[in-house]
Amino acid sequence: MKVYRRLIIMEEEKNQIIDEVTRSEYKYGFVSDIEMETAPKGLSEDTIRYISAKNNEPEYFLKARLKAFRHWQTLEEPDWAHVDYPPIDYQDIIYYAAPKKKPELEGLDEVDPELLETFKKLGISLEEQKRLSGVAVDAVIDSVSVKTTFSETLEKYGIIFCSFSEAVQKHPELVKKYMGSAVPYSDNYFAALNSAVFSDGSFCYIPKGVRCPVELSTYFRINAANTGQFERTLIIADEGSYVSYMEGCTAPMRDENQLHAAIVEIIAFDNAEVKYSTVQNWYPGNKEGKGGIYNFVTKRGMCKGVHSKISWTQVETGSAITWKYPSCILLGDHSVGEFYSVAVTNNHQQADTGSKMIHIGKNTRSTIISKGISAGFSNNSYRGLVKIMKNASNARNFSQCDSLLLGDQCGAHTFPYIEAENQSSIVEHEATTSKISEDQMFYCNQRGIDTESAIGLIVNGYAKEVLSKLPMEFAVEAQKLLSISLEGSVG
Amino acid sequence: MSKIQDSTALKEQLEQMFRENWELISSHDQPFISKAREEAIQSFSNIGFPHRKMEDWRNTDLNKAMSGKFTSLFKPGHGDQTIDQIFKCNIHELETDQISLLNGWYIDTKKPLVKHDNGVISGSMARAMEEYPEIFEKHYGKYADKDKDGFQALNLAFAQDGFFIYVPDNVVVEKPLQMISIINWNEGLFIQTRNLVILGKNSKITMVHCDDSTNEEAMIKNSVTEVFIDESAHLEHYKLQNLNNQSTLMNATWFRQMKNSSLKSNAITLNGGLIRNYTHTVLDGEGASAEVYGVYLMDKSQHINNQVFIDHAKPNCYSNELFKGILDEEASAVFNGHILVRKDAQQTNAFQHNKNILMTDTAKANTKPFLEIYADDVKCSHGATIGQLDPEAMFYLRSRGICVANARLLLLYAFAREVVDKISIEALKMRVYDMIRKRLKGELNICDTCALHCDGPNKEILFEIDMSKI
Amino acid sequence: MLLKIEDLHVSIGGKEIVKGLNLQVNAGETHAIMGPNGTGKSTLALAIAGREGYEVTSGKIIYQGKDIIGMAPEERARAGIFLGFQYPVEIPGVSITNFMRTALNEIREYRKLPILSASEFLGRMEEKKKLVEIQNKLTNRSVNEGFSGGEKKRNEIFQMAMLEPTLSVLDETDSGLDIDALKVVANGVNTLKTKENAFVVITHYQRLLEYIVPDIVHVLYDGRIVRSGGKELAIELENKGYDWIKKELSLA
Repeated sequence: MKVYRRLIIMEEEKNQIIDEVTRSEYKYGFVSDIEMETAPKGLSEDTIRYISAKNNEPEYFLKARLKAFRHWQTLEEPDWAHVDYPPIDYQDIIYYAAPKKKPELEGLDEVDPELLETFKKLGISLEEQKRLSGVAVDAVIDSVSVKTTFSETLEKYGIIFCSFSEAVQKHPELVKKYMGSAVPYSDNYFAALNSAVFSDGSFCYIPKGVRCPVELSTYFRINAANTGQFERTLIIADEGSYVSYMEGCTAPMRDENQLHAAIVEIIAFDNAEVKYSTVQNWYPGNKEGKGGIYNFVTKRGMCKGVHSKISWTQVETGSAITWKYPSCILLGDHSVGEFYSVAVTNNHQQADTGSKMIHIGKNTRSTIISKGISAGFSNNSYRGLVKIMKNASNARNFSQCDSLLLGDQCGAHTFPYIEAENQSSIVEHEATTSKISEDQMFYCNQRGIDTESAIGLIVNGYAKEVLSKLPMEFAVEAQKLLSISLEGSVG
Repeated sequence: MSKIQDSTALKEQLEQMFRENWELISSHDQPFISKAREEAIQSFSNIGFPHRKMEDWRNTDLNKAMSGKFTSLFKPGHGDQTIDQIFKCNIHELETDQISLLNGWYIDTKKPLVKHDNGVISGSMARAMEEYPEIFEKHYGKYADKDKDGFQALNLAFAQDGFFIYVPDNVVVEKPLQMISIINWNEGLFIQTRNLVILGKNSKITMVHCDDSTNEEAMIKNSVTEVFIDESAHLEHYKLQNLNNQSTLMNATWFRQMKNSSLKSNAITLNGGLIRNYTHTVLDGEGASAEVYGVYLMDKSQHINNQVFIDHAKPNCYSNELFKGILDEEASAVFNGHILVRKDAQQTNAFQHNKNILMTDTAKANTKPFLEIYADDVKCSHGATIGQLDPEAMFYLRSRGICVANARLLLLYAFAREVVDKISIEALKMRVYDMIRKRLKGELNICDTCALHCDGPNKEILFEIDMSKI
Repeated sequence: MLLKIEDLHVSIGGKEIVKGLNLQVNAGETHAIMGPNGTGKSTLALAIAGREGYEVTSGKIIYQGKDIIGMAPEERARAGIFLGFQYPVEIPGVSITNFMRTALNEIREYRKLPILSASEFLGRMEEKKKLVEIQNKLTNRSVNEGFSGGEKKRNEIFQMAMLEPTLSVLDETDSGLDIDALKVVANGVNTLKTKENAFVVITHYQRLLEYIVPDIVHVLYDGRIVRSGGKELAIELENKGYDWIKKELSLA
């Protein structure tokens, strides 16, 4: 598989990164001046009808949205996570914002030049992507999917990779069957909200026996002010198929907090494998903790078939608050779930993230590797559940959750839940909390590496086990991101 | 005496009972204690009994235990009976001083409180409350958080008696003190007992706290113990729990540890319907250390819930937790460990381990080893495992000619031993080994008398294999 | 003059270890510092490298004409001071390649030299690896993690070769080495030796000095250099033992 994208980024951004390092500011904080079409502020059944109409959805879809909305109204916002934020006024949010020009364009010439410029700044030049890379990109800006590259190439294999709204129109049977099957609208508060108001997202179907030849990638961007982003992603991997899927996200620097409540659902059938990688770099707020994204996301994979495998890898450096637990339901016998995570919090960021592994089938396996890094005044929590059901004979789980503290004003917490009901299963959990040793720092200093770079190096080493699970083009970005996120964390 | 009948109405009935029996309940009170009772019943009215939506109780279902008919005694029910008339409790080759509660009341009505030559005071809390108001004013209700859950509030509101132990500065008590709590009543009892233990500077004492039932009646015992360990004092605290399958024991122990003090706590749970051991210690002075251990062997539909909260409030403290359990048949276990390292508690060393063996597919283990850390110069780790006996070890034993059942017993015994090994009184350790052997072989019963009232350790070939040599 | 140490006093945790030490090292020279355990050899080395907690209570360390006391360790390193550690620490997850690239880039930047391209850098790695006979697999591993004693010491010399320091202080680089490894290490040092740089070799035994021939040998005892001489002093020490020095000092 070719990885041109990485090279492009390195060339273009080398100078920019050095610049960013010295200024230590959020790199993606620009605002693009794109003509937008927005719904009025606030949330009511009318808002939902507006969104549904904009997406030209069939009646049953609107009904499902309204059902979710009515359920959501009965719920209370969860407060169990180790995070602290002022109450969200759900009537003060715009639930739909889209670039005015219709996205169904044939050639790049027709795309709004501002939009193209935006993608260039993000490091995803669609033109070059199309020509050079082995990565198919679907970009979601604010709530609407604007451009999908590579579709024609994928069609050859029978792979469907398109925006969610397009899938609703063109593949209603698949959407109807699988949407909500991994994350039902009733799952939790934010899932219910998303199910009511989601505007677009990505859809992917890999047919039987197909190994997707390229990395699929979705790029998420919140651009407009006062908007929430509520996208959903649905990935279906049919028997014996394979796909590697990547997701990246950025947002402008704004003083107010913005809400992002997404849903990702993955269904893997017999012998199918899905690798889902995230580099989450939503705007984290400024040094004083003002602004930033509230990232409340529900991600779940269903290992439906025997020998199916779902692997989540995430590098979390952004967002003011992260609330996210990518999970695997290991239903099929011999199915495998994996979760690899690096979560960095600096300044006043708060993260409560981890995974759930529910073992239902026999001989199921799961692995959780979580590396938390806290700096500044931040709080970083791992929260995870490993559950072995009664019939999950010979199930195995291994979890390793490490925390690294940089400075004495931050917090690092570990909240694992382990529940086992099968005698032949084995569950192991290990965790440590520590700081960078003075010996390691001095050793680096003695070799001429200053303290800031040394921290970058050591932290990257510490996170290596997880970074190595990322597709190559992501790994390079992620490494840089780790160092940049920790800028100024040590005085 | 009043009847408690309906679990759903239990709360209201208790509130009513509190008002109706106020005269009796407060009959030995100092004014500040009466005031605390009133605040506590108010708190109980507000928070009620714990339920499964509460983080600490999500895997412990109280409904069954709290239904049925219960009685409360607001004055002693045993007249002039002495402990010897009910049972004898011996641990082979272990000489102890004994103090006893029967159905929640101090048994020795003739000598309710004894001041020994070395200044140690031990006996009934009800009496001590009257005789030493200054000690109570300083310590009583100061370490337990009455708002933590309904049981804590309920206890502060209702508790009339329990153990009182005071060790003056610089006194080392050589002989372990055995605190025996026996339930023997022909109706189900709801008992509230409260203990207060004060260790002066540089003092030392070992306590062996036994909870036993002597019949098969259902009962609920809600016990709260507050322990103050002053500078450089040392406490060893052993809990032996062997209760009938109908019994519910809510046991909360709150420690406050000052500079350079040490605590060693070890809870051995062999039987009981529903047992909850909550251990809370605040390391409130530099150099303090807390070792909190436990082992549980449960079967039938027994449930054990061990909760440990260690609050590293000051720098340079050490804590270590190890809990191991074997769960057979439909038994279930919960372990909640929570280590809190506060912002200025640098140079903290804190470790936490929970290991479980499931013997059947109907047994359950839930473990939550939490770390909450706000200081950076710390060494903290935790680990938890749920699994079965190592198949390779099983094979090894069997290949030497040991049958499956015995190989299993050997390995289970070796598993539990790691915790028992931490008991520093040799005679007690031997006794506990013996009880665990019997428990594993299904031979340990709730006797008609004290469960500890057995002969010396039985020498059986079965367990004489030195595991370290395999 | 490359290095001039004047009346240096160093304390650790309030306890004085180096007690008025004088030393001069010129470019192109190799010095050996010998002495029994606990006389301040490692303390001197760590003080030169700027280890926190090694408090210079008085005296000067003048390197290339500038007193370096108070300078950060990485500044000293960039100025060309290299310390071969007696006990190199393990850094899990950080590959030697990445580690060296970062170090070399920063040093070159400081020296206003162009940053090496990836291929230049790798070429240099290959070249230097040969010098100390390090196997490829070693540089793919994390820094010192799981290395044997000998591997750790070779890795130190390899890093020295990579970074091209002006003043190298090798703290008991020979300890724990077998004779073959010792030759490799010595060969590395001898190859790197030029008219512009200098070496201070701290050792217990004369053995190393058969392979790294010193211009001047110093005997360190109780925090001071008590005797200096040619390489024959090392042989004399080997024959007579350190007690000889102690006796002489007590007589004086």
